[in-house]
Amino acid sequence: MAQLNPEIDHLLRRAGFGASAADAETFRDMSTPAAIAHLVDYEGRPDDVDARMGRPDHAQVTSKDLFAPDIDIDDARQRWMFRMIHTRRPLQEKMALFWHNHFATAFGKLTADSGNLQAAKMLAYKPGALRGPQGQIELFRKYALGNYRDLLLEVARDPAMLVWLDGKTNTRTKPQENFSREVMELFTVGVGYYTESDVYAAARVFTGWNLRQSEGYRKEDMNAYQEFVYNADEHETSDKTFSFPIYSNGSKTIPSRSESAGFQDGVDLINALASHPETPRRLARKFWNFFISDIHLPDPAFVDGVAAVYLQNGTEMRPVIRYVLTSPWFTNPAMKYARYAWPVEYVARAIKEVGWQNFTLDRVRSPLASMGQLLFEPPNVGGWPQGAGWFSTGTMLSRMNFAATLAASQKEFLAVALESEGRTPQAVLAGMLNRVTPAPLDATPQQALMSYLLAGGAWTGSAEQLNTRTAGLARLLVGSAEYQLV
Amino acid sequence: MRVSRRLFIRDGVATVTLGLTAPAFLSAIAQAQGLPSRRLVVVYLGGGNDALNTLISYQDPQYYSRRPTIAVPAGQVLQVGTDAAGRVLGLHPRLGGLWNIFNEGRLALVQRTGYANSSRSHFEATDIWGTANPQSSTGSGWLGRYLDTLPRPLDALAAWNTSGETPRALLSGQSGVPAIPNGSTYTFASPNRGSAAVQERTAAQMMAANPAAGRPHLAFVNSTSRGAIETLDRVAQATSYTPTVAYPSTGFGLALRTVAGAIVRGVGSRVYWVQTGGFDTHSQQGAQSGGAYGNLMGTLGDGLFAFYSDVRNQGLINDTTVIVFSEFGRRISENGSNGTDHGAAGVMMVLGGMVRGGLHGTAASLAPGSPTLENNSGDVRYETDFRSVYARLLDGWLGANSVPVLNGDFRAGAPAIF
Repeated sequence: MAQLNPEIDHLLRRAGFGASAADAETFRDMSTPAAIAHLVDYEGRPDDVDARMGRPDHAQVTSKDLFAPDIDIDDARQRWMFRMIHTRRPLQEKMALFWHNHFATAFGKLTADSGNLQAAKMLAYKPGALRGPQGQIELFRKYALGNYRDLLLEVARDPAMLVWLDGKTNTRTKPQENFSREVMELFTVGVGYYTESDVYAAARVFTGWNLRQSEGYRKEDMNAYQEFVYNADEHETSDKTFSFPIYSNGSKTIPSRSESAGFQDGVDLINALASHPETPRRLARKFWNFFISDIHLPDPAFVDGVAAVYLQNGTEMRPVIRYVLTSPWFTNPAMKYARYAWPVEYVARAIKEVGWQNFTLDRVRSPLASMGQLLFEPPNVGGWPQGAGWFSTGTMLSRMNFAATLAASQKEFLAVALESEGRTPQAVLAGMLNRVTPAPLDATPQQALMSYLLAGGAWTGSAEQLNTRTAGLARLLVGSAEYQLV
Repeated sequence: MRVSRRLFIRDGVATVTLGLTAPAFLSAIAQAQGLPSRRLVVVYLGGGNDALNTLISYQDPQYYSRRPTIAVPAGQVLQVGTDAAGRVLGLHPRLGGLWNIFNEGRLALVQRTGYANSSRSHFEATDIWGTANPQSSTGSGWLGRYLDTLPRPLDALAAWNTSGETPRALLSGQSGVPAIPNGSTYTFASPNRGSAAVQERTAAQMMAANPAAGRPHLAFVNSTSRGAIETLDRVAQATSYTPTVAYPSTGFGLALRTVAGAIVRGVGSRVYWVQTGGFDTHSQQGAQSGGAYGNLMGTLGDGLFAFYSDVRNQGLINDTTVIVFSEFGRRISENGSNGTDHGAAGVMMVLGGMVRGGLHGTAASLAPGSPTLENNSGDVRYETDFRSVYARLLDGWLGANSVPVLNGDFRAGAPAIF
């Protein structure tokens, strides 16, 4: 919202999903430090967003029959979009999205293993109505700004992860390398800081970290579930030596333990990986791309700063993110609009800015898929390709066409909202730029927009003209290259 | 949470197609530049294909002892003869279509392709196959650098990527490649109809024409908008193609059908990128010829056979070469999940009307201690540098000079696939 303080506008685009008219009311009189505190210390804000689903003054959700976001993946996708648009805790949802990309787990593989219902439940179940452990996304929401070591341990025994990276079949005689490789390559230290033999040793560490089914388990039963179990008799008990220190005394070897005590092997390895000096450096580069810029390379001083805050605070994330948002790099004017919007960020912000009246979030699923970001379906364990990788002719066309769909759905509302600015085309454009926030427009696109407003003949401000041209204008702005930058 | 069904009015979203700029045959630029009509279709098998179960050394007793569950029985393989090392080989039983092409002498199987110190990371390995530089997984790709050698101005459809994201192989500093995953939605939508919709398309094109001086990232996004708007009508021509054979209704089959449409309608693209995933078979790969891996082979073989047959029926197979690769092969011994973990060398396939088919290179001996293995005899060691296959494609097929494109001379060890 252009009428907000530009610093807060920037903050809400990065630490949230942009500002709706209602958000503008909340933040209008806030100082920037107060706004940062508002976002970071979100426990002070009500977590009431799910309860507001179904309200007529909010975006809508629809379903083939009953709306069941705990067990139906398309409904779960709508619920998450709804949360992004309407939450009072935008940074919590933003971090959930970050962790979802970081621990990228895809519905497709889960469904091949466990069927659609169980796969959706493993990813999206919000504890309450059914039996079984929380879905993975609730874990990311719970630990959004929590302790990274704790999150890593929870992820290592998360049912969706145990299916996704095959931990559920990691046994004494046949150690499974899928999770053991990715926990080092992607979740913590990164390529170059572990060896192939570390992968084999880590596979043995996690032997016996499997799943068990609830009694009388049937995939089709919404109360059935799978949960983590440590199968002591499937644990490989010999010692495991790594190329990096596992313990604070510098020892690189996890000692041989009895089967019953062998669970501790995994805890020791996760502790070591979480506090390995490369882990916060790798996270810092991802935070740079996510919060500051994926156009400019990470400043080494930023990486050092994040790593120091992370290690000084015992792998806690809240101080790290507070550091990021208050850092000079975050507020540097050169970093404004120096980031490519992810498809879900683009869609959520467009809806917040253009409007959501009578708009059902079921309509974003197919556009998001063709933009390259179907929630709960990252292309592989590395997450989505980012930065410039989001953009190609096909995905850009999908973004432009989503802008058309959204503008068409808000046609009458936009015309009414801009009626008071309808006397001149210049005023209509200025009024629209009060709602939608593309990066600054050069003379060429401004001329193109003015030509478009006048292309139907002399401006009269008639209802018909406003109806047509405001929708077209919203479509052109939201579908512009400028709008893809945040 | 239960919210009852709601019904909404859906506003019409019109589609704007302008027929004026669509050339009937070869793109005007390609024609004016007198470019040869040869084209290369690159097929990437995402996840690390289990080459040992694609081209099977079915008389090697170690193949069966190290893969007790997932080995394909000797009686089921499609025999393709004996290689230069005397190893007797057969294709996976679900590759019947490719077997036909092999028997016609138009499918080359290049065994044990890879590079020294093969990366076991999907991302690094995929990037290395893209950059064609085992020392660097960042920077431009080999196909992007090839496109950079073509005369300027480069036609917007000089290459056609059928996947949604741009693979590193196609990245270049100078040549953008359109990504057109689904031709039927590759259209320009508008909230309005009639002349207002056409005016909107004109305005979008004008906005995208902004050179955005001093704002390179904005210029880049504008270039994708421009590329989309400029290619809409030619893509519509290609996607309206009616093939001569039925394609399997897999994503892979449909992508190949689109490629055939572009070839037959004379769109003029030199390089097509097609990918199909699911090859990261850590678990439940399937016993004998069935299961998940059998399905992967069925998708691959049936799709390629339909494409080959269709393009041949159209009289264009002599101008078409397809290569198939994956980022690595898989471990020789199966794991405890009836799957295989990340390995090293793989098998490349090359097919087309001008291809010299047959078995190229030699299969590994899977006995522990064999010099054809590495990683404590856990993985297959490479024999043919993958860049030498690229070199032969560039020099012998696309008429380029492989040395600058690959930043090195890899012509010497290249298999004689043409």
